[in-house]
Amino acid sequence: MARIDLRRKLSVLADAAKYDASCASSGAKKRDSRGGTGVGSTEGMGICHAYTPDGRCVSLLKILLTNFCIYDCAYCINRSSSNVERARFSVDEVVDLTLSFYKRNYIEGLFLSSGIIRSSDYTMEQLVEVARKLREEHDFRGYIHLKLIPEADQRLIELAGLYADRLSANIELPRDEALGRLAPEKDARVIRKAMGQVRLKMEEAKPGKRDRIKPPSFAPGGQSTQLIVGADGAPDTEILDRSSSLYGGYGLRRVYYSAFSPIPDSSAILPVSRPPLMREHRLYQADWLMRFYGFTAPEIAEGAEGGMLDLAIDPKLAWALKKREVYPVDVNTAQREDLLRVPGLGVKAIDRIISVRRYRTLRLEDVARLTRSIDKVRPWITALDWSPGGLTDAIDLRARLVPEKQPQQLSLF
Amino acid sequence: MRTVHLAGETDFDSWRDAARNLRLEGVEPARVRFVVGNGRDGLFGDEPIPPRSSNRSFTVSKAFVDLAREVMLHRDADRYDLLYRLLWRLQDEPNLIKVTSDRDVARAVEMAKNVSRASHKMKAFVRFRQQGEGDNEHWIAWFEPAHRVLEKTAPFFARRYANMRWSILTPDGAAHWDLKTLTFGPPARKEDAPQEDEIEDFWKTYYASTFNPARLRSKAMQAEMPKSYWKNLPEADLIAGMIADATGRTEQMVNAPAPEPNRRFDQVKAAVVDRAVTDDVVPENLDDLNAALAGCRRCPLWRDATQPVCGRGPKRSRLMIVGEQPGDQEDIAGTPFIGPAGKVLDKAMLEAGLERDTVYLTNAVKHFKHTVRGRQRLHKSPSAAEIDHCRWWLDHERALVQPELIVAMGASAARGILGHTVSVNDLRGRIEERPQGALLLTYHPAYILRHPDPNERIRAQKAFSTDLSLAAAYLKSTGKVLS
Repeated sequence: MARIDLRRKLSVLADAAKYDASCASSGAKKRDSRGGTGVGSTEGMGICHAYTPDGRCVSLLKILLTNFCIYDCAYCINRSSSNVERARFSVDEVVDLTLSFYKRNYIEGLFLSSGIIRSSDYTMEQLVEVARKLREEHDFRGYIHLKLIPEADQRLIELAGLYADRLSANIELPRDEALGRLAPEKDARVIRKAMGQVRLKMEEAKPGKRDRIKPPSFAPGGQSTQLIVGADGAPDTEILDRSSSLYGGYGLRRVYYSAFSPIPDSSAILPVSRPPLMREHRLYQADWLMRFYGFTAPEIAEGAEGGMLDLAIDPKLAWALKKREVYPVDVNTAQREDLLRVPGLGVKAIDRIISVRRYRTLRLEDVARLTRSIDKVRPWITALDWSPGGLTDAIDLRARLVPEKQPQQLSLF
Repeated sequence: MRTVHLAGETDFDSWRDAARNLRLEGVEPARVRFVVGNGRDGLFGDEPIPPRSSNRSFTVSKAFVDLAREVMLHRDADRYDLLYRLLWRLQDEPNLIKVTSDRDVARAVEMAKNVSRASHKMKAFVRFRQQGEGDNEHWIAWFEPAHRVLEKTAPFFARRYANMRWSILTPDGAAHWDLKTLTFGPPARKEDAPQEDEIEDFWKTYYASTFNPARLRSKAMQAEMPKSYWKNLPEADLIAGMIADATGRTEQMVNAPAPEPNRRFDQVKAAVVDRAVTDDVVPENLDDLNAALAGCRRCPLWRDATQPVCGRGPKRSRLMIVGEQPGDQEDIAGTPFIGPAGKVLDKAMLEAGLERDTVYLTNAVKHFKHTVRGRQRLHKSPSAAEIDHCRWWLDHERALVQPELIVAMGASAARGILGHTVSVNDLRGRIEERPQGALLLTYHPAYILRHPDPNERIRAQKAFSTDLSLAAAYLKSTGKVLS
């Protein structure tokens, strides 16, 4: 095969990696390049170094080592039966690109994944080798996210966790049955077992109170996964059940939702259409409700219709409209967990309300200054000078709160 | 009206000295104005401010000082007036800074937030260009921060690039790192920085390739990467073209006819996973049973479990101990009785003289039934139907292992063996001959762990130990050595 130049490779292998939604560079341990020989720091919060016109953050150099693949997953641009251009980086090429980009402050680090070539172990070895070189030969202290090849040997997964800040294995399809149809070579059971192993290793790496010697570090940024939305017919409630089960079972830091997007050379068994971006957005909102607002997946399902989240309103409002008996909530006396149920109040606004009310009794205008949109909040709260009266139970409340213009499916068409 | 002239835009100490004196002097905020730069040489303007009297002073909260240090970096010309107003009001309202719903406080907090954001964006959008090689290597960036955050943000770059010589040039001033110390210099011009860097083409290639045209949302991009920054971002040159082409590229993908599959890689394809449903496999040995369990769909519990947890122990054993179902730990590891309940069982077996290796340990239900509460999975008892579905496997295990005695721990295990519900409290502690063989019913270790009444926990623990000793004695009485 003719050798293609490095820029062409970069183009092919970045294009091949872009359908993975994760680009987070958060959660790593604090460290920097002082006292070392290389570059790099992580300070907890991730940094987005650029945004592309799809509104997505560019934080990491997100590439595949190669897009050759022995799997034939219908939803994937790199499936073996696709006609896309193929390329493969050498380990050194990835190392050099990462360092060149990092030194110019383009990126927080590397997110390296790969098509499966030869075998799972061989592929994982290559990924680990890139991370090892960066860490050991170049003293690179930036962020590294490695894709986990679920079938790979335990020893390789341990090494990956030693060098990487975060690991991820993608479930991709919420329904196990759909994987059989669309990704015949993939096994959800193996992926879950691998995630379970990662969880156990992370737990082992947490030093006990009496440990004199710290156990070796293992993926301090945790693990994440991705679910494709709109490829396998799974309704939102099923997707959220799956997420909830993943958060609970494997201590995942994040579940990413990726609206199934058109790809070049799409498979005949999975025709492409415009990506369900609004659906994806609502799923992310629901996910936040589960992680930060004390909602369970079944509770969110109470606000859904026919298993699908309302596209016109956010899932917290949808729940509130069906549970009006728990409102209004008094902003001057309510518990935090009750404030978290108020549509339009975010975690930060609630923290401020709780802090301010130690010194002042809040009026509606005070609340207005602490939150983004008082109109959304008004029907659900009482304040010193405000009671919603019959508004909370008004039959047309939904119509009053929903923007006149129905939000369009966020898209070009 | 008094006007105070501050020497520099971010001259916090001068402002603090002046403000302190003004407040001591009782000058109301409405009667004073702070401006940067001066009509004359001195620090203070129209009316001299009396020198600070050392025996009169006051304290303010650290929260205010911290907030003021951020607000001062804002480009708003009135920021120092706002800060003095806050300082003034702190006399009567010492907790004012915490009242973020107050108009002045809200404004200051908002300004501090803008400053923090500007600092964050500086960390994100500075782009170094390389000048020179080897010992002469120098990394230089030209950057125009939204607020005066150069000095606040430069230490970040010193931590990140401690081993690179670098300079960040801005219209407000310049920061320089020489591998040892961070120094600040006068304002610079764009022309002072290198005009190109050969790696930028690679960066632009990456930026263009990582964009998905089918997800075009340029407003979302602009919210996070405001246009004011674009002029110093090399990749921003591409944005207009990327947006213009997005629709066409997407339509092309959507409308393209399904292509012929690429057959080049057919020979190297991975094996298709065996997904056979194995609900009614009749296993001939324990290995078969173990393998068949992987495809069990007799009830829906498989869906949220990691894996089925099969029994563990010798292929033939005189004693079979049955629990309820795997727990969180067992589900991940694929091994029964390794969690907290397993520890209770281990201890009791040790006391009774039963060696774990000689006993066949299994559960009535093979998948972990649970509910999720946040980041935890909480045990949920299996239903009678789920236990009954799983009897298929338990019956086969019993037939293959051929135990002389079965110890059923808890009601679920008893139902798994017997096929109907019995009361553990009524029947425990004695060995009974059943159609399934000799059966000893006892508590489940989890009952001992979880019972809310500590006295009951102690009682149950004792009973459990007694029961296991009874099992050991029974096996001994039949004469043969265990296993």
